[in-house]
Amino acid sequence: MLIGLYNYWVVVVLMMIGFYIVIANGNLIKKIVGLSIFQTSVFIFYISMAKVDGGTAPILAEGIKQYSNPLPHVLILTAIVVGIATTAVGLALAVRIKEAYGSIEEEEIQAKDNLDC
Amino acid sequence: MLTHLPVLQVIVPLLAAPLCLLLTRSRLVWVFTLIVSGLAFVISGLLLQQVMATGTIIYELGGWDAPWGIEYRIDQLNALLLLIISGVSTVVLMAAHTSIRKEISPDRHSLFYILYLLSLAGMLGIVATADAFNVFVFLEISSLSAYALIALGKDRRALWASYQYLIMGTIGATFILIGIGLMYQMTGTLNMYDLSQRLPGVENTRTLFTAFSFFIVGVCLKLALFPLHLWLPNAYAYAPSIVTAFFAATATKVAIYLLIRFTFSIFGLSFSFTALPLQLLFVVLGLAGVFVASTSAIYQTNIKHLFAYSSIAQVGYMIIGFSVSTVTGLMATLLHMFNHALMKSALFLALGAVMYRFGSVKINDFHGLGRLMPYTMAAIVVGGISLIGVPLTVGFISKWYLLMALIEKGWWPVAVLILIGSLLAVVYVWRLVEVAYFKPPVAGNEAVKEAPLSFLIPIWLLVSANIYFGIDTRLSIQVAQAAAHSLFGVSP
Repeated sequence: MLIGLYNYWVVVVLMMIGFYIVIANGNLIKKIVGLSIFQTSVFIFYISMAKVDGGTAPILAEGIKQYSNPLPHVLILTAIVVGIATTAVGLALAVRIKEAYGSIEEEEIQAKDNLDC
Repeated sequence: MLTHLPVLQVIVPLLAAPLCLLLTRSRLVWVFTLIVSGLAFVISGLLLQQVMATGTIIYELGGWDAPWGIEYRIDQLNALLLLIISGVSTVVLMAAHTSIRKEISPDRHSLFYILYLLSLAGMLGIVATADAFNVFVFLEISSLSAYALIALGKDRRALWASYQYLIMGTIGATFILIGIGLMYQMTGTLNMYDLSQRLPGVENTRTLFTAFSFFIVGVCLKLALFPLHLWLPNAYAYAPSIVTAFFAATATKVAIYLLIRFTFSIFGLSFSFTALPLQLLFVVLGLAGVFVASTSAIYQTNIKHLFAYSSIAQVGYMIIGFSVSTVTGLMATLLHMFNHALMKSALFLALGAVMYRFGSVKINDFHGLGRLMPYTMAAIVVGGISLIGVPLTVGFISKWYLLMALIEKGWWPVAVLILIGSLLAVVYVWRLVEVAYFKPPVAGNEAVKEAPLSFLIPIWLLVSANIYFGIDTRLSIQVAQAAAHSLFGVSP
């Protein structure tokens, strides 16, 4: 049970670490790091579920009957691209926020916004 | 050509977006974007006509059969959504050139239009596709461009709002991705139709419950269901006016479409509403949304904030209609999606006109607005009346159907609460009317003139649509009815 589902345990642990950082950390860059970890755990999850016991890479060759499913890998290539784009947009925003507010700490930004109101 | 309409719907704005880079002059890009969006509107109109005449359209991308290739499926529900999105987008764009001149620096104008088109393409794609993973990809296309669009707002708080939306939106999208992954794990397919065939076979597994839960939470984040709405007010309030008008009318609707599509067509009614206490959960959260958001709306001094909170309340009504899970309830939701798009795009566009003249939309700017900008203020009043649900406006039609659905179901207390909720809308709309017509303009504002025609024409187009579809309900009700019937699998 514990060994057989090793990948999935990793997925859950990573997911919770990432999610926790996003929620609990006030630093904008760290939040994005957390978000990336969170997304990465989902990538691992997809790739783990594609594995077929005893299956090899899906290449057409003689004597090989069982293949792993290649589709989730392809899906995850797309999701990785999306993840990178998200990280890039997030970091770009963090740079602009630093320029506009002079800080990347959530509390300080919030305090400055409250002053404006 | 006609057979390729489903894919053209998405491809045209998607391919047009990078072409904007070649046209450097702001006005040229605007005309081009307007034409592209208009084209998308024509296509969606043709699609709706075709669907109503001949039934569901199935389009195989690249000629590959469904399990291997990606399929686009347009039925009445999709066609209605496509029409809402492309229609609102086109009308709102008419005012874009005037509006963004005041709100966005000139060197970013063409970037604005590129992002706008990408966002439009993303939303159209979510609706058109019949592939679960494709939904995620299009969702991210539209969301990523949305983050950037919101960050274009001139107030620095736009950046912070955009960042918060990015965090929340990405968590939502990743939840949806997990849900889709688990569904794929159980069924081995991503095609929505195949999913709906195979999911009943694995109905009582914990994996499927997990998949369903992740998916629902992810979508609810995107549609700003109370209490997952925290990203919405600031994002709408600080984004450029055109962006707000476009998103307020379309972005949450697309997420509600996903909710309806997955619960009704894919997981199926019996699983969605009996396996989990979803009905109760949604009706409670919907009502809480209506009351909390409407009450918050009353206390806002920034009018864009006010109507953003009102949007959350309106989402609450849609969710209540959805949770009734009868044909009438679903019809009410679909009608309200259509009608709310008309109201909110008109209202936010009118706010855009106020923003154009005053540079802000604080309640102080509205003092005496009835005299300074009579046509704009009249539009806000009609929009507000429609929001309350007074007869002869669209708001009345959807509230009427919602009440009918609740009474049919025997949920009297909910029906009463909804009526009380509408009274809250009276309060926040009245606040505006009062200062606009019964107070003199604040010193220094007396010389403000009516908004230019480039604003008034699209605003009044939308306002007249609010009244027209409140009187002649054939189109909206016929389509909503057909869509609701097809979702319940009964022939009308």
